[in-house]
Amino acid sequence: MEALSSLIGGFSVLADPMNIVYMFVGITLGVLIGVLPGLGGANGVAILLPLTFSMTPVSAIIMLSSIYWGALFGGAITSILFNIPGEPWSVATTFDGHPMAQKGKAGEALTGAFTGSFIGAFFAVLLITFLAPVIAKFALQFGPAEFFAVYLLTFCSFVGMGKEPPFKVIAAMMLGFALAAVGIDTVTGQLRMTFGSVELLRGFDFLVAVIGLFGVGEILLTMEEGLAFKGKSASINARVVFQTWAKLPKYWVGCLRSAIVGCWMGVTPGGATPASFMSYGLAKKFSKNGRNFGKGELEGVVMPEVAAHAAGTSALLPMLTLGIPGSPTAAVLLGGLLIWGLQPGPLLFVEQKDFVWGLIASIYLGNIAGLIVVLTTVPIFAAILRIPFSVIAPIILVICAVGAYTVHNAGLDIAVMLIFGVIGYLFKKLNYPLAPLVLALVLGDMAESSFRQAMLVSQGNLSIFWSNPLVGSIVTLALVMLFWPIIGAVMQRLRPGGEKPAAAE
Amino acid sequence: MKLSIASAFRKSVAAAAVAAVMAPLGALAWEPTKTVEFIVPAGTGGGADQMARMIQGIIQKNNLMNQSLVVINKSGGAGAEGFLDVKGSANNPHKIIISLSNLFTTPLATGVPFKWDDMTPVSMLALDEFVLWVNAKAPYDDVKGFLAAMAAAPADAPFKMGGTGSKQEDQIITAAIEQKTGKKFIYVPYKGGGDVAAQLVGGHVTASVNNPIEAVSQWRAGELKPLCVFDEQRLPYKEPVTAKMSWGDIPTCKEAGLDIEYLMLRGIFMPPKATKEQVEYFVNLFKKVRETPEWKEFMQKGAFNTTALTGPEYTAWLGKAAATHKTLMENAGFVAK
Amino acid sequence: MTDHAHGDHATDSTEKTVTNRTMDVVVALAFMGLAAVVMSDSWRIGARWASDGPEAGYFPFYVGLLMFIASAGTLATALFTKHPDLGNFVDRSQLKSVMQVLVPTCIYVGLIFVLGIYLASAIFIAFFMWWLGKYPIAKIIPVSIGVPLMLFMMFEVWFLVPLPKGPLETALGY
Repeated sequence: MEALSSLIGGFSVLADPMNIVYMFVGITLGVLIGVLPGLGGANGVAILLPLTFSMTPVSAIIMLSSIYWGALFGGAITSILFNIPGEPWSVATTFDGHPMAQKGKAGEALTGAFTGSFIGAFFAVLLITFLAPVIAKFALQFGPAEFFAVYLLTFCSFVGMGKEPPFKVIAAMMLGFALAAVGIDTVTGQLRMTFGSVELLRGFDFLVAVIGLFGVGEILLTMEEGLAFKGKSASINARVVFQTWAKLPKYWVGCLRSAIVGCWMGVTPGGATPASFMSYGLAKKFSKNGRNFGKGELEGVVMPEVAAHAAGTSALLPMLTLGIPGSPTAAVLLGGLLIWGLQPGPLLFVEQKDFVWGLIASIYLGNIAGLIVVLTTVPIFAAILRIPFSVIAPIILVICAVGAYTVHNAGLDIAVMLIFGVIGYLFKKLNYPLAPLVLALVLGDMAESSFRQAMLVSQGNLSIFWSNPLVGSIVTLALVMLFWPIIGAVMQRLRPGGEKPAAAE
Repeated sequence: MKLSIASAFRKSVAAAAVAAVMAPLGALAWEPTKTVEFIVPAGTGGGADQMARMIQGIIQKNNLMNQSLVVINKSGGAGAEGFLDVKGSANNPHKIIISLSNLFTTPLATGVPFKWDDMTPVSMLALDEFVLWVNAKAPYDDVKGFLAAMAAAPADAPFKMGGTGSKQEDQIITAAIEQKTGKKFIYVPYKGGGDVAAQLVGGHVTASVNNPIEAVSQWRAGELKPLCVFDEQRLPYKEPVTAKMSWGDIPTCKEAGLDIEYLMLRGIFMPPKATKEQVEYFVNLFKKVRETPEWKEFMQKGAFNTTALTGPEYTAWLGKAAATHKTLMENAGFVAK
Repeated sequence: MTDHAHGDHATDSTEKTVTNRTMDVVVALAFMGLAAVVMSDSWRIGARWASDGPEAGYFPFYVGLLMFIASAGTLATALFTKHPDLGNFVDRSQLKSVMQVLVPTCIYVGLIFVLGIYLASAIFIAFFMWWLGKYPIAKIIPVSIGVPLMLFMMFEVWFLVPLPKGPLETALGY
């Protein structure tokens, strides 16, 4: 129980009231950064990094990591209220979160998202506290082939759903892949599909596309249906928090599964965004309510949030123990460590006990503080929906424009966002699904480069994907997920007295 | 946040005061009149980004500028986006850029039109070192053993070199080793230096040419070992890093029998047509930055080569480095057709 | 995903714009055009499987090919189906509402490049509130000035993130 005594030591570091102040400042700023689309956790932390220069390393990391927790919490807010993902990892939250808000259950959705985030973080920090060294070894097993297998699994657990025409699903997904390929190819350094244009050099950023497709597209659809956000009449009171909490315990299996997915993706590191998609896909496949996902199911809000926050939190583990960042934000924090004169890596836990355990203790406290901060804002945010459309719509569009710009400091991205907005509107009307497009856009690049790295290593031999038990079992699992609808049907057929499989929708 | 608001207020007061004093004197010495943008032609979290934010922090803490400095990442097209932005901002003295080797490699590898002399050179801050690393479990302890094992490797399982990016500094060094030894590596490009070091620890690649700061913690933990440093002389840092060794104990590659030298520029440029006074202002600013204890500590932690040049020496160095890169890239076949 | 029954309005001739089938065909053709561009550029940089794995254009080429085939499928379904969806794509009045937002937003985005984001946002919010919301000036002014001002404080002053600025900000010394 050495970990436990170290943790108690860590809490004593937090006894300094200034550190608690920094924590709350960080959380509040983080929520703000999370709410603003475009200005993500990584940017936010990077922007404030120089400010921490004159603090002690412990105070600095507490403030910066609190910004990170805040951003992880805050990303869900605009996703639910306006269908604009504040952060990449809250895209999956929009799928059910926004329909809930439209039904007048914004308060419930927000509470579910925040509580889910907290559960994910708590699970991850327990892991960091007690299993850090073991987990770090596990992460080292991951080479290019294993990374590709993980991305494949994310895909396979997400696709094969929805009732759109298959041709349109494939076209939308391929559009995502094609857009992801624009820009410089990481493996050969060649330019792809830039056609000599400087603006195309940076490629199409996932966030810019998502702000347009979801945020602007939603406003256009709302206009078409006549100037109103549904759910205006939502009754908002503090009790909604407790009512929602009462519903959560029955999702414990899903929460556990999502937390495991999240921790795994944070540690290896795959990142919070794939984790949230994978968790949503798995929940949809295995939940009793899976059929209703996408129509405003509380479970569909909680699961991706649990996974995203678990991934975001556990991403700190490889950063501290191996010096590899598990997420873009962790990459910036890693830079922070170096600036403060600390060397991340295997010896950090031995040489900088105060720092490491102070940080871990602050993850516990920071997330509790974060939960309190965001839950108190539920009524405020839900009340935003009561603002008339002709006032809130231009403000949302302005915030979308600011968000699109801040992703890459590029003016043209605002125009790109607008084009994506029109595409989002057309796609929704013509029954093209947006989710596969977005997933392909966010994962396409990573999946392709890890595949080609693996091919370089094996000199073009595909058998590398079954070359060891780890990669072999992930790939097999991915294939099982892909063919799950068929497997599920067969299994049901084989079981005596089993219900007949429902007709395909 | 209080900090920044207060300092912004102080700065605007200071700026007003400066403006009041300056008005009758005219343009005696140039000073920035608004926020200066500090472009980083790489993503957040990388080596250049770290250095830029470090500089921003030092300037803010020591109050070295009357205006604020903001860091902006423009990483598109292996940094081309950032360089093109500066190239296109002639006569804008409120913009500076920090460069890495992609200043030379990106235009050659991609054909995007920019060159170092499209911009105004200000000052070299430091040079980043490269070290040949292998896994600590490897059976060889020096370059000779490494090269012998590499020569003995079967043709269907050659040594794998992990590196950052494609057709950039890491792959150039890899190609240079190939040319010297006549044996081929499989070069596997990764996104960042930290990833490469971890992949080397995990045994997914055989060697890397990580910068010191990227691999030092794995060295200290006994997971990686350095074989040689690609500089003309040993590093000057004598403080022990591990129980037995300091940075200064690593032999140069040349003395170990692999005659290759490569250093990466960390330098500052301004847009074209900057006046002499404007360049002078930034030269002085970075001189002050380099004198701070924070900077010195950073240099030591990262085992940088602290050569710093300005003016004609800097320009001459750049010309030479550009020519070297051209030869290296041409020999390796990395130049875009 | 949408569950609006467009077919209901098809009878009203004044509301008629284009049919869902026409839009389906147009979008499928656009997809096919894009796919052709993707394939040709990928072929240019090399789309074969080399000795050390796929070349840079390998995946994009097949992505383009799949996109082409899938869209050809959509096109064929739309053209040759026995029950074409001849429902109205969008009613004229609906289209008008959408344009009421889309056109000002396009102008707004254009204005950002000229006036900077702060001034353009103020004008945009004010216009929107006045035109669609019919609010009195007393309500328009605080919102349309307050929001950009808050953004300015947040980005330029606190976070030190420069957003696009125009002549007004330059005149004020930013």
